[in-house]
Amino acid sequence: MGIAQVVGLALVTTIILMILRQQKPVMALVLSIVFTVVIFIAMMGKMAAILEVMKEISCRAAINNMFFSTLLKILGVAYLGEFAVAICQDAGEQAVARKVEFAAKIIIAVLALPIMVAILESLMELMPG
Amino acid sequence: MNIDIIFRIAGIGILISVLSIVLKQAKKEEQAEMLTLAGVVVVLIIVVQLMNQLFTVVRSVFNL
Repeated sequence: MGIAQVVGLALVTTIILMILRQQKPVMALVLSIVFTVVIFIAMMGKMAAILEVMKEISCRAAINNMFFSTLLKILGVAYLGEFAVAICQDAGEQAVARKVEFAAKIIIAVLALPIMVAILESLMELMPG
Repeated sequence: MNIDIIFRIAGIGILISVLSIVLKQAKKEEQAEMLTLAGVVVVLIIVVQLMNQLFTVVRSVFNL
């Protein structure tokens, strides 16, 4: 999916949304969810290609595989959380959006814990005594 | 297939809003409400399938 297709789809969706929002706000919300999901799915193929290259590079640099997979997981959590937050904010539910944001932050922190432990361990090795 | 689904949802939405206006004009308020509810449920089923697809894709890409 090229940029021209994304822009065209976005414009058409926006105009339909403007019509629907006056009559049926629920339908407008569902349509915006569908648009978000379609764009996400369309972009995931390209994302996979990027990640493939990054994996190759990190393999050549002989970086511990654990770090890279943790990074990937954090990226995935951030993407999904941002997706839900955007939809909740579109619907005007700021409170729900904040909670999703909070949950995503906590989950990312938990995922990042092993990396932090590894950093501290290497620091301990460096320090004499 | 992907773009198809947006226009399908938009079509259902516009159709339902027009039909519910017609029903309201004919003094059938509760049937208009039922129609709205049914439309939301139908659309929601499509959306849930789409979300499932998204989560599967994200999970496979990011190894979650």
